[in-house]
Amino acid sequence: MLRFALTRALSLALSLVVASVVIFAVIEVIPGDPAAYMLGMNASPEAVEALRDQLGLNGSIPERYISWMGGMLTGDFGTSYTYKVPVSELVAQRLNVSVPLALYALVLSTIIAIPVGLIAASTRGSVADYGIMGATQLGIAVPNFWFAMILVFIFAVTLRWFNAGGFPGWDAGLWPGLKALTLPAVALALPQASILARVMRSALIETLGQDYIRTARAKGLSRGQATTRHALRNALIPVLTIIGLQFSFLLAGAIIIENVFYLPGLGRLIFQGITQRDLVVVESLVMLLVFAVILVTFLVDIAYAAVDPRLRKPR
Amino acid sequence: MKVPATLIFGVILSAFFVLVALLSFVWTPHDVAALNIADKMQAPSATYWLGTDHFGRDTLSMLMVGARTSIAVAIVAVGIGIVIGVPLGLAAAANRGSLIDEIIMRGNDLVFAFPSLVIAILITAVFGPSAVNAILAIGIFNIPVFARVTRGGALSLWTLDYILAARVAGKGRLRISAEHILPNILNLLIVQGTIQFSLGILAEAALSYIGLGAQPPTPSWGRMLSEAQTMIYTAPRLALWPGLAIVAMVLGLNLMGDGLRDLTDPRLRRGRA
Repeated sequence: MLRFALTRALSLALSLVVASVVIFAVIEVIPGDPAAYMLGMNASPEAVEALRDQLGLNGSIPERYISWMGGMLTGDFGTSYTYKVPVSELVAQRLNVSVPLALYALVLSTIIAIPVGLIAASTRGSVADYGIMGATQLGIAVPNFWFAMILVFIFAVTLRWFNAGGFPGWDAGLWPGLKALTLPAVALALPQASILARVMRSALIETLGQDYIRTARAKGLSRGQATTRHALRNALIPVLTIIGLQFSFLLAGAIIIENVFYLPGLGRLIFQGITQRDLVVVESLVMLLVFAVILVTFLVDIAYAAVDPRLRKPR
Repeated sequence: MKVPATLIFGVILSAFFVLVALLSFVWTPHDVAALNIADKMQAPSATYWLGTDHFGRDTLSMLMVGARTSIAVAIVAVGIGIVIGVPLGLAAAANRGSLIDEIIMRGNDLVFAFPSLVIAILITAVFGPSAVNAILAIGIFNIPVFARVTRGGALSLWTLDYILAARVAGKGRLRISAEHILPNILNLLIVQGTIQFSLGILAEAALSYIGLGAQPPTPSWGRMLSEAQTMIYTAPRLALWPGLAIVAMVLGLNLMGDGLRDLTDPRLRRGRA
């Protein structure tokens, strides 16, 4: 197990290094001089040069890569060109919106998907099953930003239960904050819940066909008892994997939803960073998101191997 | 062999949009490029079946040309995935466990690790927003998908007797991959292609919604939605039609993909996701 974890950790580190080189290279290609952009059209060439120096844009490419990576490793992500504050500060602020939003969506998606998948699997072939499968098929096909617009139209414009966008900040209290995140979370959760419900259904159907379920039934357990005591637990393994992978997806996938609802989250920060040529913000954020995805995948792998020794063998 | 009802429904739905897109090359009810301010924000009528937008453009014509944009972007993006991904997958499977295999598969993992939307935004931001860059951004993420499916399908074939026979007969790995492996994984590739096609439609809609896809005046469903968003208080119908078009097209493709999978692999008919 230790050996497995170590080799996986090594490949994690390697992936991160390669990813950082790729991101750095892509950012280098972006046209436009950030220093000139920051100072405006009327800046003197001397002023631009001085700022380039100050921003560390004049070093050689390897020098700049090393100083960027060194900074990332010590928690110093540089200073935003446009906001003129440390990127780490911006990220911390924005995480206060994006992480709760992703968790909110994940919780919604899970509490909807698991019972729905359970019902579909245990009534397989019935009208309820077909209805659920049809609904999830539709849920996957709906673009989440369009679903968000429908939610805004129904619950904000027509019923006036929620605001159409914006975020009051957690200082305004827990409830106003959660309320502002509710429609975005529902919009994000719908496609995820649809996928998860289908995974849940097929995992459960597969475990229900196993010999040990037949044994459990043979020793006198009812269908429901066999499902809840034996099948459900085993079926949850693939479901948990998908949930783990969905978290990082939700964090990144919120970019569009954050734009629909004008939420000051990470996604909006990246989007603004790109349109405003705030390269320091963009490269650090993309690196952080990639790190999050790779880390979650790594943790899921390890958790899987801890539960199931067969997976520890080298592939 | 019984053809699944979902497949028939999916094919009809998908074919409908393809035909509409083709039709838009020769005929649309109105000119989508012409701005007709006098007729702006019209409700549906005999002249404008689905009404007009804030520039007086006919919604139905915009939808028809939008279908063309979506389908073109998705087809080329899937094409990129197939043309690059499939040979990579075949090479990885033919040299199983070798350095080539390892490099290809780790490269795949790496691309998967990038949040696709973030990279799509990055690419379009670097090279400027356009339909071509949207295609590239979506296409890059299709490469590892096809490489993985191809490798998985090919690996199981390489263990079979008829492949061994071909090797004994003196055929090289390259020839076996092309003559025996590829034709036998075509069904897998078609199913995956359908799924990636539908994901491509969704991705194109999302990119053009945030302004990074096809640029004006080319109509696209995503941008129609972003324009409609500002008018949702006054004309919610403008947000209705492009959304329904995306849902119907994606639904059709997904049903087609599921149906094709059922048809080609009956073992999956039980408990598929």
